[in-house]
Amino acid sequence: MSTNTIVSLPDQSTARIPKDNFITRENGLLSWLLTGDHKRIAILYLISITFFFFIGGALAGLIRLELLTPQADLMATDTYNKVFTMHGVIMIFFFLVPSVPATLGNFLIPMMIGAKDLALPKINLLSWYLYMAGGILAIYTMASGGVDTGWTFTTPLSTHYVNTNVLTTGLAVFVAGFSSIFTGLNFIVTIHKMRAPGMTWFRLPLFVWAHYAASILMVLGTPVLAIAIVLVALERTIGIGIFDPAKGGDPLLFQHLFWFYSHPAVYIMILPGMGVISEVISTFSRKRVFGYTAVAFSSVAIAVFGFFVWAHHMFIMGISNYAVLVFSLLTMLVAVPSAIKIFNWAFTLYKGSITFETPMLYAFGFMGLFTIGGMTGVFLGASGTDIHLTETYFIVAHFHFVMVGGMLMAFLSGIHFWWPKITGRMYPEKLSQLAALVTFIGFNLTFFPQFILGVLGMPRRYASYPPEFQILNVFSTAGATILGVGYMLPVLYLLWSLKYGEIAGNNPWQATGLEWQTQSPPITENFVVMPVMDHEAYDYEWLESQNQAQQQEEVPSAG
Amino acid sequence: MPDSPAIAHGAERSVYNADNADNADNLHVEHPPYLRHHFNSTEQQADTSSFAMWLFLLTEVMFFGGLFTAYLIYRNWYYPAFVAGSHQLNVIWGTTNTVVLILSSFTMAMGVWCAETGRRKGLVLSLSLTFILGLAFLGIKTIEYHEKWEKHHVPGFHYSLSSFTEPQSDPAIYAEYHDKPLAPDMARHTELYFSLYFAMTGMHALHMIIGIGILGFMIFRARAGAYTSGHVTFVENFGLYWHFVDIVWIYLFALLYLISRHQ
Repeated sequence: MSTNTIVSLPDQSTARIPKDNFITRENGLLSWLLTGDHKRIAILYLISITFFFFIGGALAGLIRLELLTPQADLMATDTYNKVFTMHGVIMIFFFLVPSVPATLGNFLIPMMIGAKDLALPKINLLSWYLYMAGGILAIYTMASGGVDTGWTFTTPLSTHYVNTNVLTTGLAVFVAGFSSIFTGLNFIVTIHKMRAPGMTWFRLPLFVWAHYAASILMVLGTPVLAIAIVLVALERTIGIGIFDPAKGGDPLLFQHLFWFYSHPAVYIMILPGMGVISEVISTFSRKRVFGYTAVAFSSVAIAVFGFFVWAHHMFIMGISNYAVLVFSLLTMLVAVPSAIKIFNWAFTLYKGSITFETPMLYAFGFMGLFTIGGMTGVFLGASGTDIHLTETYFIVAHFHFVMVGGMLMAFLSGIHFWWPKITGRMYPEKLSQLAALVTFIGFNLTFFPQFILGVLGMPRRYASYPPEFQILNVFSTAGATILGVGYMLPVLYLLWSLKYGEIAGNNPWQATGLEWQTQSPPITENFVVMPVMDHEAYDYEWLESQNQAQQQEEVPSAG
Repeated sequence: MPDSPAIAHGAERSVYNADNADNADNLHVEHPPYLRHHFNSTEQQADTSSFAMWLFLLTEVMFFGGLFTAYLIYRNWYYPAFVAGSHQLNVIWGTTNTVVLILSSFTMAMGVWCAETGRRKGLVLSLSLTFILGLAFLGIKTIEYHEKWEKHHVPGFHYSLSSFTEPQSDPAIYAEYHDKPLAPDMARHTELYFSLYFAMTGMHALHMIIGIGILGFMIFRARAGAYTSGHVTFVENFGLYWHFVDIVWIYLFALLYLISRHQ
């Protein structure tokens, strides 16, 4: 494994980080807080979402600790409700939705398309401030007693029956939603209007295509969540009756409005991760992504189909049998573009020169775990099995396989892959390979037993359970501990690498994207002169010819 | 080559490396002061912000779309309650407000034209008129809301079904429409109609208030000549927003006040 590598670093005795880069250009806290530079905003986001990830993670730790024993002994059942609610709210709205887009997407999209910045730098900064405002409200909610409706704000529970902080949580999600809308809007405008000469739509890296598709979902879906939350707030404060059966309203309408956003939201979370995987798989197999066009369009197809499957969250809520039939069928359709991606990545590996650097290990983790997560989704999309499995641990395991096994693996893969570009320094390879392995083992140990628990009928959202489920829950909690170690390791060694990591040079992976053809870390303008794209994406022969041209140039100067 | 990269962009390497750039000064060619550094031309900048505005309006369509969906479903389910509810709205005030808003859209369009043709005084006048018409709309809306309060038609804490279970108790409306009393089960759905009425017109009014706030800011800046020296994107984009809010009202007026009023 170690002898077979593509990493090519500059001579460490002479190499140095370029003096002028986006980090050193300006100094002082204000130069960060008032910046318009997409790369700096990406770093602000990276710090903030890491902070919220560890809050959400700590809450997850509390949940697993409570479930170590069959009795509700660590905390009161009300407290347990608040803990899993805040775990969901924070992980979904403050980590998963902005994770890859707001950090890696923000950093890389302008560089990948050869632009100096996102189209709307001030809106980009505004989106970070909105995110922080929402995040602070969420923390305020926790500090002032929390909320116990579940992250879904189900009516009439949220409007009539709980007296916890539904309003501040709703406002937090509303505000964070606008942050997401502005990010998506900015990406779409940037991808349309800011591409460098020669950067046609079908020369875009698949990372950009994936973000374009996710942005469509952010822009069209999030406002519907916003209005659903506004109506819940109005019902709770002044008592209008749109979801209130006593006044002729229908709680089912809330479910429709909520899931119209919140189902596409899972594609907002996973699509950018798929974009990362496309880049990583191609780079570490030294091959153009198999079926580039199919993979590009599969992202858009997922976005489009994603809007027409929301009612599969409502099979047991009294929607009509015909609606169940139609939504079940449409749900199965989403499997097609998802499978196109998985198969095409597999074909990209076929006869590729595969190496096993850390980003690739995480990418393999993604492919395996996302496939399991996706296939178990078919069980839940089929109404017969869904009626048995929904609201059990099966569904918890399913979406954690997709979100944690899929998305978080992709996020870590991307962070490792572009870390040399962002910071100019390499992370420690051996240690990070170990962390990837620990994460994979910990993840499977945590969530695989939950599939079995779900099939056996253990319901979700309870602090206690029958004693015969204990052994599987102990496995799960043990796995969560290992998983926690797996997530702490990268934080520690990545921080270490900021000072002690090897100098990475422009293109340590010999990748083809435009972002790798500029210095690391990049200058504020990204490129000194606007690049011209004269080749296809993932064109390793082009890269080879560039290298040869450069070597021939250097020989005379050396003599 | 101090930080000699393993792989640079071949012959163009200096192009990508700031430390080696001799031509960095060429970046700062003459351009209008409002051209942001990351755009290549003012056309690209104008195109971009107008495209972004249209996308933002798309999100607004989805936002109001949730409310219109709710309206559509409940109207189909509780048709008699919605008809009886709409009889309680004041068409005279509604029509006046529609005229006020269409006029304000006209003055806004004049404002955009003035900005594009560099007429500073004309721009300030048009924006001020739009501002006043916007306030007039909100004033009339307040009168209507007050009327609802007096008739106990505010859902939640100030609601009474008597106008619908005993239509004769409201002689003026009864004289015009001769409504039959609704069964109690249907009558309680009128509260849903008024919930939608307040949610929809309330969200619309909120957009008006935000718009009027921005208008005030723009009048202030327009007096200093900010929009009449070539950079008109802000005025144009605000114009799009204002027309959008106007169009939403036209749909609200038709759906809440007009349809099925006489049958």
